[in-house]
Amino acid sequence: MRHKNNTRILPSEITPREHYYDRRRFMQLAAGASIASLLPGPLWAADKLEASPNKAYQLAEEKTPYKDVTGYNNFYEFGTGKGDPAQYAHTLKTRPWTVTVEGEVHKPKTFAIEELLKLAAMEERVYRLRCVEAWSMVIPWIGYPLSELVKQVEPTGNAKFVEFITLDDPMQMPGQRSTVLEWPYNEGLRMDEAMHPLTLLTFGLYGEMLPNQNGAPIRIVVPWKYGFKSAKSIVKIRFTEHQPVSAWMKAGPSEYGFYSNVNPEVDHARWSQAKERRIGDFFKRPTLPFNGYADQVAGLYSGMDLQKYF
Amino acid sequence: MGIKQLDEKTLGWVKAIIFLLALIPFIRLVIGGITDGLGANPIEKITRSTGYWTLTLIMVTLAITPLRKLTGWHWLTRTRRMLGLFAFFYVCLHFLTYLVLDQFFDWGSIIKDIIKRPYITVGFPSFLLLIPLAVTSNNAMIKKLGGKRWRWLHRLVYAVAVGGVVHYWWLVKKDLTNPVIFAAVLAILLGFRLVYWWRGKQVASSR
Repeated sequence: MRHKNNTRILPSEITPREHYYDRRRFMQLAAGASIASLLPGPLWAADKLEASPNKAYQLAEEKTPYKDVTGYNNFYEFGTGKGDPAQYAHTLKTRPWTVTVEGEVHKPKTFAIEELLKLAAMEERVYRLRCVEAWSMVIPWIGYPLSELVKQVEPTGNAKFVEFITLDDPMQMPGQRSTVLEWPYNEGLRMDEAMHPLTLLTFGLYGEMLPNQNGAPIRIVVPWKYGFKSAKSIVKIRFTEHQPVSAWMKAGPSEYGFYSNVNPEVDHARWSQAKERRIGDFFKRPTLPFNGYADQVAGLYSGMDLQKYF
Repeated sequence: MGIKQLDEKTLGWVKAIIFLLALIPFIRLVIGGITDGLGANPIEKITRSTGYWTLTLIMVTLAITPLRKLTGWHWLTRTRRMLGLFAFFYVCLHFLTYLVLDQFFDWGSIIKDIIKRPYITVGFPSFLLLIPLAVTSNNAMIKKLGGKRWRWLHRLVYAVAVGGVVHYWWLVKKDLTNPVIFAAVLAILLGFRLVYWWRGKQVASSR
C-alpha cells in the first residue's frame, strides 16, 4: 500500500507482538522461528498488511489475544466446531481471487483481489465483535470503508440493498459438504448501512492479511450487528432492489432477522442477549445497544420497531 | 467362572477401572483449567463437557439392563450405581457452572431463564429429578424404601434421560448431530424395554 502523505507506522510498532500473543504462544513462536529460519521462507508467518490506525476508531478496551481471534471462530464452511476453521481452513485458496460486483449498478465489474487491496487507504480500526451466541471479542481489523468500493460501481436508483455472497466450493470448504446451512452463505445490508462509515471492507487483522479462518481474503465487518452478518471470503457483491434473504434467515426465520442489530432488549428466540462473555473474561458483562455504537448508528433505525425488525 | 460370572475380586477390579474411566473427563477439565488448555471460552467448554458426560453416563446406566439381558452378565448391574452417581456428579458440575460461572447467583436472571428458555425449562427439572435418585443410591435407602418402591422411584431416570436429550436438542444453534445421536441411542434403549415389557405381557396373558 502506498499512502505517502501518512506517517508510516508499522502495525507491529503500535501493538507490540508480546502484548497480543500470550507468553506461551510467544515462546512457541520463538522456538518455531529458530526452526523456520533453517527453512526456505517462514512457514508460520502470515503476510503483513500495512495500515495506519484510524484514531476515530480505537477502543480503550483490551484487545482479544491473537490466538483467540484466530482460533475460536464460527465459520461453518469449515465445520461447526469453534476450532474447526483454524484446523481446516488451510484448504482455502485465496489467490487468485476475484470479487464480482453486479446488480443495480452502473458499472458492474469483477475486481481482482490485488486491485481491491489498492482501492483505498488501509486503516486499522479496533472494533468490538459480538456473536449472537453471547460471546464477544475486541479485534484490530484492517480495511477501508465499504462505501469506497460502492462509490466506484455507482449504484442505480433502484439499489436499496447490498448482498454479500461467500465462496461456494466444497473442495476448498469441507464444511459445505454438510447441509447445516444453505450454501453459498449470503448476508445483506440496507444501502444506508452499507454506506455507513463503520462498515468496513476488511482484508486483515493484527497487522496481517486475514488468516483463512477469519474470512480471507476479503470480508465485511459490521460491528453493531451480530457477527454472522459480517460475511466472510466474499466472491460476489450484489446490489438489489429487494431485501435479500440471508443464510441464517433461511435456517431459522424466527430466530434470525435481516437486521440482527446487537440489542440486549431483544432476546434470541432461545436465549438471552442481555449479557455476553468477553473472550478472556471470567464473568459476563452487560451487552450494549448496537454493541456500543448506538451514538453512530441508532439514527439509521429511528422510528423502527426493533422488536419487530430484529 | 468366565465372564458371565465374576468373583468379588475381579468385580472389584472392574469397578475400579470403570471408576477411573468415568473420572477421565473431569481430570481432563482440571488439567485443561490449570494449563490454560480449555480454549478461548473455557466456561463454555466446561459447560458443554459436563453436560455431554452427564448424558453419556445416563445412557450407559440405561444400557446396563439391556446388556445384562442380552449377555447374561448379571454382574453388570453391580456397576450401575457407580455410573449413575457419576452422572449425578457431572450434572452437579454442569449446574454449578451455570449457577456460579455463567450467572453468578443472579437469581432473578436464573428464574427468568427457567421460565423463558425452553431448554432450561426442561433441563432444570431434569436435574432436580436426579437428586432423589442420587440420595437413594445406597443399600440403606433400598432397604428403607423396599425394593418395589425403590424401583418405581428409579424409573424417574427415563424422564430425566428424555429431558436431558430435549435440553440438548433445544440449545444447539443449528448443528443437531450430537443431539440426534443421543436421541437415537435413547430410543433404542427405551425401545428395548418396551419390547421386553410387551413380550412379557404376551407370555403372561397366554398362560
